[in-house]
Amino acid sequence: MEKSYIIKQISIFSENRPGRLAAVAGALKEAGINIFAFSIAEADGFGVVRALVDRPEDAHRRLTDLGFRVSFTDVIGVKMRDEPGGLSEIAGVLGDAAINIEYAYAYSGRDAAVLILRVDQVEDAIRKILGSGGELLKASTFH
Amino acid sequence: MPPWNPRMEEIPRDELQRLQFRLLKTQVYRLYSFSEFYRARMKEQGVHPDDIRSLADAAKLPFMYKGDLRDNYPDRIFSASRDELVRYHVSSGTTGKPTVVGYTRHDIENWSESLARAFTSCGLGRGDVIQVSYGYGLFTGGLGAHYGAERIGATVLPTSVGNTERQIELMQDLHVTAIACTPSYLLHMGEVAEKMGISIRDDTDLSAGILGAEPWSEQMRERIEDWLGIKAYDIYGTSELSGPMFSECTEQQGIHIWGDLALVEVIDSGTGEVLAPGEQGELVITMLQKEALPMVRYRIGDITVLEDEPCACGRTHPRIRRISGRVDDMLIIRGINVFPSQVEHALLEIPGIGRHFQIVVDRQGALDTMLVRVEISEEAFSDKITDLMVLKKKVENRLRSTLNVAVGVELVEPGTLPRFEGKSKKVIDRRSM
Ligand SMILES: [Zn+2]
Repeated sequence: MEKSYIIKQISIFSENRPGRLAAVAGALKEAGINIFAFSIAEADGFGVVRALVDRPEDAHRRLTDLGFRVSFTDVIGVKMRDEPGGLSEIAGVLGDAAINIEYAYAYSGRDAAVLILRVDQVEDAIRKILGSGGELLKASTFH
Repeated sequence: MPPWNPRMEEIPRDELQRLQFRLLKTQVYRLYSFSEFYRARMKEQGVHPDDIRSLADAAKLPFMYKGDLRDNYPDRIFSASRDELVRYHVSSGTTGKPTVVGYTRHDIENWSESLARAFTSCGLGRGDVIQVSYGYGLFTGGLGAHYGAERIGATVLPTSVGNTERQIELMQDLHVTAIACTPSYLLHMGEVAEKMGISIRDDTDLSAGILGAEPWSEQMRERIEDWLGIKAYDIYGTSELSGPMFSECTEQQGIHIWGDLALVEVIDSGTGEVLAPGEQGELVITMLQKEALPMVRYRIGDITVLEDEPCACGRTHPRIRRISGRVDDMLIIRGINVFPSQVEHALLEIPGIGRHFQIVVDRQGALDTMLVRVEISEEAFSDKITDLMVLKKKVENRLRSTLNVAVGVELVEPGTLPRFEGKSKKVIDRRSM
């Protein structure tokens, strides 16, 4: 049940040098892979590109063949209600359950803004969010 | 087991130094009179044999370099006549002409004596079966070890290199107790033996390895000793000195350099000044008794530390520590000597980092900076930035404690660092650009 909400994100290690991001996007486009969400986290000299795509396995293979370091990460997508305080509400629910949010990024979904979360206990997080009346995207929305 | 030559090996230090001075003086006179090359070199330096009035005056003498042998190919530096020579060995250089080394009968005698002392100090003697798996021929390793092993009354099994399976069978059947070869060949033998269903530790009598002719490390020693169940001893030499000459004793606390055969100094590579014992620098060796090709203050290009205290084994001669690198590879970062091999060894001990690396040296204002680029491995790749920062910090701390220099680390994508191109690509020194 909870599993159907687990979305398989691809994460790509990238050096901070010009053209790396374009290379990732270009390779996926060339393979006819759709990108739904895309986020970049940068640090001192390197970065991690995170993407939700329609065919994560194909994307993984394609990028690995091109020499990128790629991994899969389980994330969840929380639909944001169009009202203030949505984010802090979710953070509160997870915080009460002692679930850590590793990172979050937003993207504009079809009918509402969506918050993509990586948490340390993904199935627990799904139960808590659904239990508190929150709405999660099904993995089938993407794949 | 007592030393091979106790009177010489346990000679009081002041007596040894008097002997060294006498031999040095004789050698310099001899060279000055016989060798046009050396006479010119001394005149250039403004020094005459009469200026050598103490052992410390050795520092006044000019250096000799590998290039001198090549420039005087094949035998223009020799100071013995051709009919006195009993053997040649030839080493092929990676660049240009090979180096030819000639030996008089006395030179071969001293070479064998040196190795007889070395092998005995490793606990070997009559009753041992020593397999010599160094190459025989123009290379000095095979014949050198052979003569030394025969000298102490051991039985020699002259297998030379190659045909590893047969070597392992013979090792087993003839009850070999010690092997002389390169450390990497011994590791290879261990692997081949396992494939044959033979454990060198349990199924052979091997108890010692006399290993050298290539750089190796303490980690490699531990691996060999633990895996094969033997004692692994470091042996040192180069064809210009005769061949393999000096080794550790059973204390494994540095390589004994027989002072009656060789005078050892460690110098600052940059200034050429002699360093005090305990300081790391470039090894300089003077062969005190060599007749055919007397190398005086020869800069082999190896980096080490001189240990002047007498060894626990009772031998009084000075020791040098394991060679830690080559002068050609050495980087000086904020006055501290750094070798790419140190970086390599440190990285090998950190999981999550590939074994490929690149060093970038630069200068910011007056300060040298050193950056080590490493590839992120599959296991170590986390998509959490904090995990990657922790890994980066860990590598930085590790390198700093190994090298005693602050090092920046850059994580790079896999496959982007040079593979087999050697030093030219492994180190980028922007200070000279
Ligand atoms: Zn000793």
